[in-house]
Amino acid sequence: MSGSLTAPLKSLSVQEEDFDVGAELKALTAGRTEVGAVCNFVGLVRDISGPDADHVSAMTLEHYPGMTEKQLSALIDKACERWPLSGCRIIHRYGRLLPGDQIVMVITTSRHREAAFESCHYLMDWLKTRAPFWKLEEDDQGQGNWVDAREEDDLARARWDKAAPSDKTQS
Amino acid sequence: MKILYFAWVRSTIGKGMDQLDGKPEGVQTVADLLDWLSGQGEGYSKALEKRDRIRVAINQDFAEPDATLNDGDEVALFPPVTGG
Repeated sequence: MSGSLTAPLKSLSVQEEDFDVGAELKALTAGRTEVGAVCNFVGLVRDISGPDADHVSAMTLEHYPGMTEKQLSALIDKACERWPLSGCRIIHRYGRLLPGDQIVMVITTSRHREAAFESCHYLMDWLKTRAPFWKLEEDDQGQGNWVDAREEDDLARARWDKAAPSDKTQS
Repeated sequence: MKILYFAWVRSTIGKGMDQLDGKPEGVQTVADLLDWLSGQGEGYSKALEKRDRIRVAINQDFAEPDATLNDGDEVALFPPVTGG
């Protein structure tokens, strides 16, 4: 698969602090004049949870240092093998966050829009089921509840298997 | 062998890590290790009661119950992930 003359910029941060989406977009496209398409996803903390729309006052994200970086880095490599990307960046936060806070960001850049759109979607679907993060939601009384995994997330990831039978899961 | 626990597996067991001197006697696979750990006290048996709710990583890669363990492995037990 050809598409970019230079190697894709791959970058990953797992951090407690917030991030500036505008600055991140600029950094990933600076000097890369072959880029014609930029796709960006940002995930935020919601103040409601579950089928009963329970109120959430805060959320703490726990993660597995080391495995998180290993899994996300492998995901970025897989996306860059599958699509002709110029750049790919993931930021995922951990620690205590409040409703409205940014949790996660994915940026993909390419010459044309299809690769940027598809790879951004692919990375989020895979990240939801492979990156070792766990959400602990706090209700108004300060009571913590671990969020259950959703079957929909596994199904969302599985559709990418059908699109490319050679793209096997890691286990 | 180092065994790490995360999320409610950690809070139910009551600690984040166990350091063992190699593999426990008779333990060859991930499933063997979960069986052995279940006998190590109330927190362990409660945390590992429902095996379909436990995910396992060996050396930071996802592993199935029949995966073989080595003495120096870093094993981690945790619930299905909920990031993003």
